[in-house]
Amino acid sequence: MRKDFSQWIEQFGRRESRLIFLTGDLGFGALENVSAALGPRFVNCGVSEQNMVSLAAGLARQGLRPLCYSIAPFAVFRPYEQTRLDVALHNLPVKIVGNGGGYGYGIMGASHHALEDFAVLSCLPNFACVAPLCNSDVAGAAEALFRHEGPGYLRLGLGLWPESLGALPAFQPVRQLLAARQPPKLTVAGIGPVLLNALPGLPENGVTDVFAVSQLPLPALDDALIRSVTATGQLLVVEEHAARGGLGEYLAAALAREGVSFKLHHRHAVGYPAGRYGSQSYHQKQSGLDPASLQATVTGLIA
Amino acid sequence: MRPTLQTIRQQCAEQLLALYQKAHAGHIGSSLSCLEILVDLCFERMAASDVVILSKGHAAGALYATLSLSGRMPEAALDTFYQDGTLLAAHPPCSGAIKAIPFGTGSLGHGLSLACGTVFSQKFTGEKFHTYAILSDGDCNEGSTWEAALFAAHHQLAHLTVIVDLNGLQGIGYTKDILKLDPIADKWRAFGFAVAVADDGNDFASLARAHAELAHATGPRCVIARTVKGHGVSYMQDKMEWHYLPMNAVQYDQACGETRANP
Repeated sequence: MRKDFSQWIEQFGRRESRLIFLTGDLGFGALENVSAALGPRFVNCGVSEQNMVSLAAGLARQGLRPLCYSIAPFAVFRPYEQTRLDVALHNLPVKIVGNGGGYGYGIMGASHHALEDFAVLSCLPNFACVAPLCNSDVAGAAEALFRHEGPGYLRLGLGLWPESLGALPAFQPVRQLLAARQPPKLTVAGIGPVLLNALPGLPENGVTDVFAVSQLPLPALDDALIRSVTATGQLLVVEEHAARGGLGEYLAAALAREGVSFKLHHRHAVGYPAGRYGSQSYHQKQSGLDPASLQATVTGLIA
Repeated sequence: MRPTLQTIRQQCAEQLLALYQKAHAGHIGSSLSCLEILVDLCFERMAASDVVILSKGHAAGALYATLSLSGRMPEAALDTFYQDGTLLAAHPPCSGAIKAIPFGTGSLGHGLSLACGTVFSQKFTGEKFHTYAILSDGDCNEGSTWEAALFAAHHQLAHLTVIVDLNGLQGIGYTKDILKLDPIADKWRAFGFAVAVADDGNDFASLARAHAELAHATGPRCVIARTVKGHGVSYMQDKMEWHYLPMNAVQYDQACGETRANP
């Protein structure tokens, strides 16, 4: 998604003269085109994320539209107080862009993973957290991020939309990707590209509704999602994020407020249970988020 | 005849003492420490478009009194200080409701970065104004302050002045005992700032000389103002506890008396 984002932001920056692209000294092999296109509006702040975020608040207060880019954990956690106090509480239009959300940086290890980013940012006032589903979803997601007038966060990952499912529906905070052909037995909802891991086999079983959620907090609960969970009575949530403060808890609370009775099955990032590290696929498997584990989970739930 | 800065300072001191007395609240020593810095800025130095950011947000009483007397915020707001529903909490508000307070502060280490962003915007907007960031000893403990200092120097932010209200006291003791800052002027100089020291940062002439020394700087400026916490009230001066304590009635009368007696 990083390349897709850099292409989008290059074009966006050409038409939005107020965009100031700040990076915390990251973006090798991905942002050169942005730097060339934006010229002085591309600013490498050095490895100083705290300064970068407060600096962005200062720029935003003067009417500019700054964006702070780094690897997700560095963009989110290091300057969290600056984001909370200088950006969110002032409701300034600063956008944080984190590359490699979840276990995206794989073998780089825990320092480079972001498993709690939605939790800590989505609870801040005025914040919108946006997560594209796949590479071709980035442009729509980024447009939505900048349409949101307040502060926001874009979590970039990596994923290819399976062309066998037809065209990707246009970006929405909640989208139905797949509708059961028979009376549905299971509702699946996920955020970010890890949801793509759950898709193989689902069109064939014919009894599963699938929804992609791409924005937290949820702006509104989709009617089709409410109807689906009401009918199936069971919701499988898939997210490459800690259990606390992620999509599972958001959906559970939102559906409970609607009075929907259902059982929640939650597949989420479990951290590092064995204290061992590996690729993104390795960590997904540890968390039951790899395609095989998810297929087994679905098979069990619709049996 | 225009009142002297000293006369204005006396009015602001009385105002802030009254604010804290009515609120039965602390942060008096911190406010008296930087009062001359703020009066100098608001009544002598700043143009209407200039910006002041109080990084040491705990000195809000001095900020509110000075902004109010200089006509930058409505005086009526002072009546609500510390009360439920006020715009004016113990630390400056984030709401943006008061234009002269661009940022809410209170957690140290934010002010210089905010000031850098405010100044750096001029590169893109073409606007021209000066931004002053008032920092404390404690602000200079924070790593983010030095991140911002690097940025200011790298980008040669010529419309930025840092004023360090260096009273030598921080959270629970003397700076020299907790986390030494000296040689503080050399540190700022080494970070790329043009530095001048006001040996008596509670004296208007000393502050004016320091600012004048930096008048032709082509990059960011830093005034090290050697101040006294609780300046002007004998029992508060250089006393750490007056970061926290409210005054009783006798102490308040004495503080007001000393303020009027030593304009």
